[in-house]
Amino acid sequence: MSDTDSGSSQITDAKKRYSAGVLKYKQMGYWMPDYVPKDTDTLCLFRITPQDGVDPEEAAAAVAGESSTATWTVVWTDRLTACDSYRAKAYKVIPVPNNPGQYFAYVAYDLILFEEGSIANMTASLIGNVFSFKPLKAARLEDIRIPVAYVKTFKGPPTGLVVERERLDKFGRPLLGATTKPKLGLSGRNYGRVVYEGLKGGLDFMKDDENINSQPFMHWRDRFLFVMDAVNKASAETGEVKGSYLNVTGATMEDMYERAEFAKDLGSVIVMVDLVIGYTAIQSMANWCRKNDMIMHMHRAGHGTYTRQKNHGVSFRVIAKWLRLAGCDHLHCGTAVGKLEGDPMTVQGYYNVCRDSYTKMDLPRGLYFDQDWADLKKVMPVASGGIHAGQMHQLIDLFGDDVVLQFGGGTIGHPMGIQAGAVANRVALESMVKARNEGRNILEEGPTILKQAAQTCTPLKAALDTWGEISFNYQSTDSSDYTSTPTAA
Amino acid sequence: MMTNPTGRLTQGQFSFLPDLTDAEITLQIEYGLKKGYAWSVEYTDDPHPRNTYWSMFGNPMFDLHDAAGVMQELKACRAAFPQHYIRMMAFDSTRNVETIVMSFIVNRPAQEPGFMLERQEVNGRSLRYTTRGYAANQPEGERYKS
Repeated sequence: MSDTDSGSSQITDAKKRYSAGVLKYKQMGYWMPDYVPKDTDTLCLFRITPQDGVDPEEAAAAVAGESSTATWTVVWTDRLTACDSYRAKAYKVIPVPNNPGQYFAYVAYDLILFEEGSIANMTASLIGNVFSFKPLKAARLEDIRIPVAYVKTFKGPPTGLVVERERLDKFGRPLLGATTKPKLGLSGRNYGRVVYEGLKGGLDFMKDDENINSQPFMHWRDRFLFVMDAVNKASAETGEVKGSYLNVTGATMEDMYERAEFAKDLGSVIVMVDLVIGYTAIQSMANWCRKNDMIMHMHRAGHGTYTRQKNHGVSFRVIAKWLRLAGCDHLHCGTAVGKLEGDPMTVQGYYNVCRDSYTKMDLPRGLYFDQDWADLKKVMPVASGGIHAGQMHQLIDLFGDDVVLQFGGGTIGHPMGIQAGAVANRVALESMVKARNEGRNILEEGPTILKQAAQTCTPLKAALDTWGEISFNYQSTDSSDYTSTPTAA
Repeated sequence: MMTNPTGRLTQGQFSFLPDLTDAEITLQIEYGLKKGYAWSVEYTDDPHPRNTYWSMFGNPMFDLHDAAGVMQELKACRAAFPQHYIRMMAFDSTRNVETIVMSFIVNRPAQEPGFMLERQEVNGRSLRYTTRGYAANQPEGERYKS
């Protein structure tokens, strides 16, 4: 378009603005470079890749428009509304460092736009139609700032990491877990055997895998019955509270409630759901858990389909923020050193989102906004996937104490058996926490500390001999793009 | 005798390691003091996994910032209850934490009898579980013999 000034700024003359036809999004009022975001606005940072020839500011305005009130053409019915409030405002566009053709677009959304306490409603706007919008080759929601006013409408984690520890009577060290393997095919009775051995050996938790629901080889009731016998027996033999995440994921809410009720009747301290059940189901299960004194474990099954590629989708830090609001107590957040995707700094950013009272902007960790959590309960992050006792110093250095470390293969695959695998992990964990508290530099001395501990612990020695050298060093696909001095407005 | 791999109660941060020496306990106390935690000494002869409230050997020592002083309290507790379980607990009063942040056992009875699991058959294949300490049938204070 060759309209000189009108192509690049909002048309303020009402008659011109609302005459039938097609306008640029910038002309409609979705681009406001001098807008000062309010404390009550939700702020989003999108990474956009406009089609060739599309002006980045117009693309940003289109994102704001399509994720709020706009349609492709002018509608006179806008004039029946206080439409200035409902229009999202793109207020800043900067090129993404080192990624030609990509831009960071900052967009502000007024508090009135989203239903209180509803992740489904917020996400239907923010990641609704806009991600299929033709003028963009790709779009990614990189980060989000949720205003305190909106945070306070969510109940958050049903238990939270502080109360979880008080219920479990476990303090001052990461919790230890393992996923029962093989994932598929064990009968209920065989499955419970693995749970019993792991817990008696020294783990705090065992875990159902994400795709264990109620298949022909093991009906869910059989699993729950055998697993709870294992949990209670191990608890009596160690004098410690133990648990096993009973996956209640099912085809319908009715199925999930039925499974959760049975888990409660059997005395389980924890149930589990998969992310694929969706936000509404997650919020319903969180309500159920809150009402029934239950810890809720969340497996992020499916997230890699939209979180992994840098140019398109939704960053996991945004998913983690939504899940903390929606309410889960455990959330898989990556290991950085294990078999699954995760740049260490980026992964630490997810952990901060779960555990901070106030998350500070931290560009190397991919945190683009300050986030005040308004005393919302904290989520216990879970590190799971291809980690072993030989990495204990790195894991504790990266993630601190408030994390569940899950060594599935690293427990069950131990050459001396499952109990020995659990012992190896627990001894490695306790030695490393003790050494750190004593003031030793565990990142440097870690391997020595483990070797010393292995002198009086044969299972740890066997674990180190088997896996000591295993590492997964691949280039991460998702890391933060930033310059050390972020471009001002 | 308990049958788990350690042969003993595994509560707390360091039950899988050899018993901490007094010098090692002092280092842990110093770590907590540096973080601004308040230390407390607690003892019991009923270490049931759901027995939350062990007896306090005095209040948490909010104003004691010297590890030697904390160790004095532990020594006094050991002298008074040599056959009890004793644990060190550190409290963090930071907003949004406000809970225990360290907890480890520093004294145990010579024999650790452990717990039995009672099963009550109820509906269908369901069971109701009760964990009961073998020593819990004896009155308080008479549960562990030296």
